[in-house]
Amino acid sequence: MSAEAAISWTLTRATARRVLAQLRHDPRTIVMMLAVPSVLMILLRYTLNNPVALNRFAPVYIGVFPFVIMFIVAAITTQRERARGTLERLMAMPLGKLDLLAGYGIAFGLVACVQVTVVLIISLTWLGVSLPGSAVPMAVIAVLDAVLGMSLGLFASAFARSEFQAVQFMPAFVLPQALLCGLVVARADMTPVLRWLSDVLPLSYAVDAMQRISTSASWTTAIGADIAIILAFTAAALVGGALTLRRRTR
Amino acid sequence: MTGADPVVEARGLVVRRSGHVILDDLTFTIAGGQVTGLLGPSGCGKTTLMRTLVGVQEITAGQVTLLGRQAGHPRLRDRIGYSTQDPAVYPDLTLTENLRYFGTVLGLKRDKLTGAIAKTVRDLDLGGLEDRLVGTFSGGQLARVGLAVALLGAPDLLVLDEPTVGLDPVLRHDLWAMFHRLADAGTTLLVSSHVMDEAARCDYLLFMRDGRFLAEATPAAILQETGAADLEAAFLRLAGGPREEREERAERAEPEERAEKAAKR
Repeated sequence: MSAEAAISWTLTRATARRVLAQLRHDPRTIVMMLAVPSVLMILLRYTLNNPVALNRFAPVYIGVFPFVIMFIVAAITTQRERARGTLERLMAMPLGKLDLLAGYGIAFGLVACVQVTVVLIISLTWLGVSLPGSAVPMAVIAVLDAVLGMSLGLFASAFARSEFQAVQFMPAFVLPQALLCGLVVARADMTPVLRWLSDVLPLSYAVDAMQRISTSASWTTAIGADIAIILAFTAAALVGGALTLRRRTR
Repeated sequence: MTGADPVVEARGLVVRRSGHVILDDLTFTIAGGQVTGLLGPSGCGKTTLMRTLVGVQEITAGQVTLLGRQAGHPRLRDRIGYSTQDPAVYPDLTLTENLRYFGTVLGLKRDKLTGAIAKTVRDLDLGGLEDRLVGTFSGGQLARVGLAVALLGAPDLLVLDEPTVGLDPVLRHDLWAMFHRLADAGTTLLVSSHVMDEAARCDYLLFMRDGRFLAEATPAAILQETGAADLEAAFLRLAGGPREEREERAERAEPEERAEKAAKR
């Protein structure tokens, strides 16, 4: 078990490079991953058509769109790895499960950085979203949200028997969180049961953090707490993903 | 490694999957430095046996030791090369990118990695395809990429599941020659096939049917024991003969037994 717990930087880096190389050979997917959040923000800007409302909603969506996209990309990629037999091959080789998951985390984390940078630049310039302070903390939180989405996607894919099921995890896992995270109705106005559900779902904290950073010029302890919870969910999902990855099948 | 010490030793190996017995109490050894053929019809348990040896299949009962360690031991993972029936490589990577990744996972670095990649590309006749996406390869080329990954780390034991399916006869011949070159150099190979004409190319045979072994011996010994003209006929005889023969035996059976059978129908 000690060999399983150790993480090899060489193998993690090799896995991240491999995942990025796969993406590089698939330009259409890159364009979609980078463009879709921005296109959705542009749509949001013109459907709201109201600078005050835009300033309130935009930061939340800057966190939510990359979260959703990373969830689905990660869930499908790992499901494909299972279906093609490459996962079984890797499990018969000296690759740690955490090497694999961390490799995915780093590769998709880098993609998330570019994704969030593009959507932030477009939102803050062309769309006229204004922030009380610097854009950097918001960018950091948005990337953390995307990485959270990715790790939940990796975890969820363990329960998918086919790519078809993996796609359906998007509405099954993500849409309930989107309804309960404070995007539609403020979390404070929910009935106790819904409020309780909202409290245990990770996206709620991702949205909370984005809302707080968009109204505060400086760092607050509440934002720090949100980030700690986001990181905890991310780590738990990755460890859960490692536990559900089986070297041996029954 | 000498042929004296068995590289694989299994005792009372049972694998049951969702209530079905896939491997039914197998006890056998595989000698080092030779090519052992695992022959049998599809669905007889060949793949499950191979997955058990490489440590990705849970064992229901029994013991399996490879290279002195229990199946699935982490220290075995870079000493056993495994290729599945599906190529199990990344179609959206080039050949070199695939080999580079799997080679790194196997612990190869820099010059050693580059050297191993060049050697396997040459051995499997994949030269000129290095920078092409594997997804654009033909079936035969894909099968060889899967094999290349198994060979990459120069493992002590090679477990190859139907490595020659769909390959042209010339290439098949070359691959078998390579298997024997590897065995002569001390590698132990377990090669599965459902094509009986490949059985004759093995040093030792495991004939498998319905999760059990019908025979474990050299091709010559199997021919001698069964008195069959070729290994295909020997397999049929060991499996209880082709249908005509079985029916013939039924004809010869006692009259009341036949009446009983007729009544059941």
